[in-house]
Amino acid sequence: MRPAVVRGIGVAALLTTAATVWLGLWVTPPDRVQGNLVRLLYLHPPVAWVAIYLAFGLAALSSLCYLWRRTRSFFWDRLAAASVEVGVVFNVLTLVTGSLWGRPTWGVWWTWTARLTSTALLLVLFLGYLALRRVPADPEVRARRCAVAALVAFVDVPIVHFSVDWWQTLHQSATVLNPDLNLKVHGSMAWTLLLGFVALTLVFVWMVVVRYQIEVLRDRVGDEELEISLAERWAEGEAEPAAVGHGAPGFAAPEPAGGPR
Amino acid sequence: MWRDALLVAGKDLRIEARSRVALWQVLPFALLVLFLAAFALGPSAPVLRSAAPGLFWLAVLFSTVLATQRSFAIESGEGTRDGLRLSGIDPAGIFLGKAAALAVELAALQVVLWAGLALFFGVHVHTVWLAVVASLLATVGLAAAGVIYGALSAGLRVRETLLPLLVLPILAPVLLAGSRAWSAAVSGPASAGTPWLRILIPFAAVYVVVGVVLYGPLQEAA
Repeated sequence: MRPAVVRGIGVAALLTTAATVWLGLWVTPPDRVQGNLVRLLYLHPPVAWVAIYLAFGLAALSSLCYLWRRTRSFFWDRLAAASVEVGVVFNVLTLVTGSLWGRPTWGVWWTWTARLTSTALLLVLFLGYLALRRVPADPEVRARRCAVAALVAFVDVPIVHFSVDWWQTLHQSATVLNPDLNLKVHGSMAWTLLLGFVALTLVFVWMVVVRYQIEVLRDRVGDEELEISLAERWAEGEAEPAAVGHGAPGFAAPEPAGGPR
Repeated sequence: MWRDALLVAGKDLRIEARSRVALWQVLPFALLVLFLAAFALGPSAPVLRSAAPGLFWLAVLFSTVLATQRSFAIESGEGTRDGLRLSGIDPAGIFLGKAAALAVELAALQVVLWAGLALFFGVHVHTVWLAVVASLLATVGLAAAGVIYGALSAGLRVRETLLPLLVLPILAPVLLAGSRAWSAAVSGPASAGTPWLRILIPFAAVYVVVGVVLYGPLQEAA
């Protein structure tokens, strides 16, 4: 992606985030029931949307594309890695903002409700993927292994969701993404929330793109370091026989140490 | 595929019958978990009885991790993995065979644990069919998911620490559904437990299918 485009996304993300903060903190009125606490809710659902649907969905899709032979390329592998890593950040933010909201509202930092529990489990699944990625391996082997891991974890998500949902449900059901799709939030509040979704989606996209580029650079550094150290070994091999004194001049192959017996 | 699966399962079970690692290491470990739980919760009989279904499944989950590690430890020596790969056996057959062997071991383990619960915790299962069906379904799911993750982490140097991190959150629905179903089977109406079978059935089905489809690429990646 061209640097100008990346910068454009970054600026757009910054502007929309700033606008959300401004609208959320100063323009919108306090809620009738929740008071100023409602302002946290311009942040929490968009963050959760990115963490749970966008990041993990993108990671699963890229992993599928990597495993499918016709679309196999390291592009998908890096994209999956970038989106999981950013997803972990957003997932932690989801839990933190949720806790901050839950403490004054419910009186506790943590309850074992369905959504909290399944979000936390999702975080552990994400972390497992990252741990697997850190295991040193041949890039192709690592890519395939991680793609399989991401997909196997992905199919677990709906099962985790339903099982935890049945296990205990106290948390309010989805407000914005409810089945009949009528917004239950009104006026400037709705617009702020909507803008929050746009802003954090842009932040996510920007972070993933930058993270992807870092991954590309890291691979290149790895390759170049390998070449440099190879060249060094070769140079040592050339220099050594001459220093000892029994290397034929102009003979480039690295001779094993020891010389003639 | 089925013939290959039988061959692989037979091989794994024969190795187990001769080496008896599951019998003398995994099984005592599972019973140990029950004892440790009793130490942690105190000797009060009602408390232990109400916690028993959850402890049972916790012990089964931890044992699944150990049994999975064992199942792939026997593949790691003397180039066995390459041998299996070169033998022309269908990867899906290998998966089904290893999962079947693991399932048999886990089922045997659950029978002993069940006896342990009755003996030490005084747990009496009222609705036997519910407990048995839940156990069988859960066993299929545990074995399938276990083999997938076992293969995934088989060749790695950090497999001992990585496997539990990867597989235990995946198995969380089985722990939830298994415990609830068993709670209903131990105390309470069976109708409270039957909905949980609807979690165990898709879990088992999904991981058997995923394993059959993905075991080929997985084997190349290990």
